[in-house]
Amino acid sequence: MMTNDFLMAASGGALIGLSAVLLLGLNGRIAGISGIVNGAFTRSLSEAGWRIAFIAGILAGGALFQWISLESLIQRTDYPLWMTIAGGLLVGFGTRMGSGCTSGHGICGISRLSPRSIAAVAIFVGIGMAVATGFSMVMS
Amino acid sequence: MNAARSLAGLIAGTIFGFGLAVSGLANPDKVLQFLTLSSDWSPALLFTMGGGIVVTFIGYRLVLKRSPVLASEFQLPTKTALDRPLLLGAAIFGAGWGLAGFCPGPAIVGLTTGMTEPWVFVLAMLAGSQIQRVSS
Repeated sequence: MMTNDFLMAASGGALIGLSAVLLLGLNGRIAGISGIVNGAFTRSLSEAGWRIAFIAGILAGGALFQWISLESLIQRTDYPLWMTIAGGLLVGFGTRMGSGCTSGHGICGISRLSPRSIAAVAIFVGIGMAVATGFSMVMS
Repeated sequence: MNAARSLAGLIAGTIFGFGLAVSGLANPDKVLQFLTLSSDWSPALLFTMGGGIVVTFIGYRLVLKRSPVLASEFQLPTKTALDRPLLLGAAIFGAGWGLAGFCPGPAIVGLTTGMTEPWVFVLAMLAGSQIQRVSS
């Protein structure tokens, strides 16, 4: 049953899709955030420029939403520090090794019917669920 | 041309960040509500992926019929093999995602909350990426 929750989720997703289509149609690039972040640190201006601009845009879009809604995007304040650090290290390492993340493989790759992306998504969702479920059982 | 591509990047990025915020999935607890199989389970993330994939699938098919407006060619991934780095990398990424509920996009947009956690995550993410680069 569609609730307001799911409508917002789908609408937000559609906007993310629009962003990906714009990036491909205008700049000819895939909207994969891990790749965009990694590539922003290169010395080549033609490679770094649009990436830095995209990241600035993400920040602007997020700030704009919070300004309108007067609500923070994140509520929790006391998540175990080691889990945030370990999570970040693994996400940074894994997305570089695996050439993509939820936007690159999940949205763009699946939309291109890429077998590599389909496999990657199946794996990172499966492992993500196993780890999250495992930890919730251990911590409760 | 670089200026035009940068403007395009800025516009696309703003829509991305705004869309992520609208979706509610910039909240790591909402992501963990999907990744954690429990009585609290929520499929909201599937609706976001679904909305994104429907728009992107249709839009990509239209866009790929011609050339990019501001670039001479499309830069699409060329690898086709389901090789070890892809599969192992995806597993490692998934583990990290399940630990904290953040992936790159939400972590970046989370920086705008001013809260400490996204900054810690992003710094760790950049470190993890560097470790992978020098170790490969």
